[in-house]
Amino acid sequence: MSTGTLGRVYEDGELLLRQGDVGDAMYVIQEGEVEILVERDGRETVVGVAHAGDMLGEMAIFLHERRSATVRAKGRARALTVDKKNFLRRINEDPSIAFRLVETMSRRVRDLSKELARLKQEQSGGQGS
Amino acid sequence: MTHRPITHPLADGGPELKLDDGARVGVVGAGPAGSLFAYFLFDIAGRVGLDLHVDIYESRDFLQPSPQGCNMCGGIVSESLVQNLAAEGLNLPPTVVQRGIDAYHLHMDVGSVRIETPLHEMRIGAVHRGAGPKDLRERDWESFDQHLLERALGKGANLVRGRVDGVSVEGGRPLIKLRTGEQATYDLLAVATGVNSPVLKTFEAAGIGYLPPAVTKTFIREYYLGRDVISRTVGNSMHVFLLNIPRLEFAALIPKGDYVTICMLGDDIDNALVQAFLDAPEVRRCFPPEWRAEAKSCQCMPHINVRGTERPYADRFVFVGDCGMTRLYKDGIGAAYRTAKAAARTAVHEGVSAEAFARHYGPVCRAIAADNVMGRLAFVFTRVAQRLTVARRAILLMTLAEQQRAGDRRRMSGILWDMFSGSAPYRDIFMRMLHPGFAAGFAWAFMKSLWQAPFRGRGQEALQ
Repeated sequence: MSTGTLGRVYEDGELLLRQGDVGDAMYVIQEGEVEILVERDGRETVVGVAHAGDMLGEMAIFLHERRSATVRAKGRARALTVDKKNFLRRINEDPSIAFRLVETMSRRVRDLSKELARLKQEQSGGQGS
Repeated sequence: MTHRPITHPLADGGPELKLDDGARVGVVGAGPAGSLFAYFLFDIAGRVGLDLHVDIYESRDFLQPSPQGCNMCGGIVSESLVQNLAAEGLNLPPTVVQRGIDAYHLHMDVGSVRIETPLHEMRIGAVHRGAGPKDLRERDWESFDQHLLERALGKGANLVRGRVDGVSVEGGRPLIKLRTGEQATYDLLAVATGVNSPVLKTFEAAGIGYLPPAVTKTFIREYYLGRDVISRTVGNSMHVFLLNIPRLEFAALIPKGDYVTICMLGDDIDNALVQAFLDAPEVRRCFPPEWRAEAKSCQCMPHINVRGTERPYADRFVFVGDCGMTRLYKDGIGAAYRTAKAAARTAVHEGVSAEAFARHYGPVCRAIAADNVMGRLAFVFTRVAQRLTVARRAILLMTLAEQQRAGDRRRMSGILWDMFSGSAPYRDIFMRMLHPGFAAGFAWAFMKSLWQAPFRGRGQEALQ
């Protein structure tokens, strides 16, 4: 490993954050991939994969709620944490720093809408047959 | 480049000076402030569909090792800046960051203590501003300034290699003259020259009301040790010294890839002061036994801004980074980022008049200046500690106790961490110094240190 890596290295399968935990930071993936899992009724479902440059766990910055998903390293991955306090202080001075976050969240809403439409179509198709 | 007729989209003499499609922006200096200004100008303009032409003037070649290709600074990218840049999508790759810093060692004559990063994560980056010292052996890392410049060029900026020799106002617009005789006019000129460039005098004489900042001299020296030796000795820690050496304000060792940078701040730094510091046993202990102080690779004595300019703007001029406003002693690159982005945001959304900058860029500069006032107060604490052995012992005692126990109530460690790393506003640090919990803890440690024998040995154990 280079001497100049920032953030923390997570080995394959290691958790970056756990569903249900209280969070006060978001993550920016620096290298590698991580998978996002939602656990329900004892079953894990992979709902997405994030790559270098992607932001994760941003809901902890704005909502006082527990983590809605688990994030796990898929292979070796490196991530940098962004503290809630530091980020909110910066937003106070320069709200435009949140643009990328808004873009990320907008993309997620768009993808979820597509996914929801697909599932509804499948469901109505199944009911029709 | 030739002087060519330019169609200016700005209305002459209009009360509102704004950038419009096709507006021309000049940036003098391609250090972090200049490159980040250009980067964010394109970024913000792109969001509102504004098409700009941006020329960045830089005479240095950051690909060349030696001071000629370097903007001369300690080369620390603070914890808060690393996070902010990541949130902006500007992640610093391992090819630029020479060493991730995860701890600080505080060295005093009464002992040393290691202060861990609060999250046990590498969030401070040590970089070389240029390609490296003049005896650079292996080019395994890129220049930090070159990296940011390439990000700005990637957005669409145009690099003009040349030394700016003169600046004037012609027809209400900034006119730049190069040493080669070429010239060009702009709708906005962003000045990001730092405080060590002779061209700054040209702006002082341009009749735009600009007065350069107050400065003090620093001392920076590089030593080649090799990455393995550094990993074994200095490690991934920044080493900070609180030594009772007359005229020495602050000194630190910063590990890079193959080099260690010594950074000193004080009154009238001269060879005698440098030698007194290098001869201190606390400094020598950080290096391998075979290290010789005279075997230096590179050194410089640049100025730093210690009191920003009152009015870092005029109609169609804005001064960003060190030549305008910066943080006191720490996180100069972080201040360059904050001022560069605020200036770019103002230029795109609010206009380029002095009034627009005063209203929308001025508050960021004033916030930094006000915070520096608190910083001066906070540094009184370290200055007193430098002179009083009993205070140094109390700091050591309190920090050691905090580092050995679990939990997050590490008041002294947190204050020292943020003072040395520049990660938090000085106001925040100063208010924490006034917290009754901190005052009580320090008073207790102070009383104990009055009664206890010096515990130099204990401190050295903590270092190992």
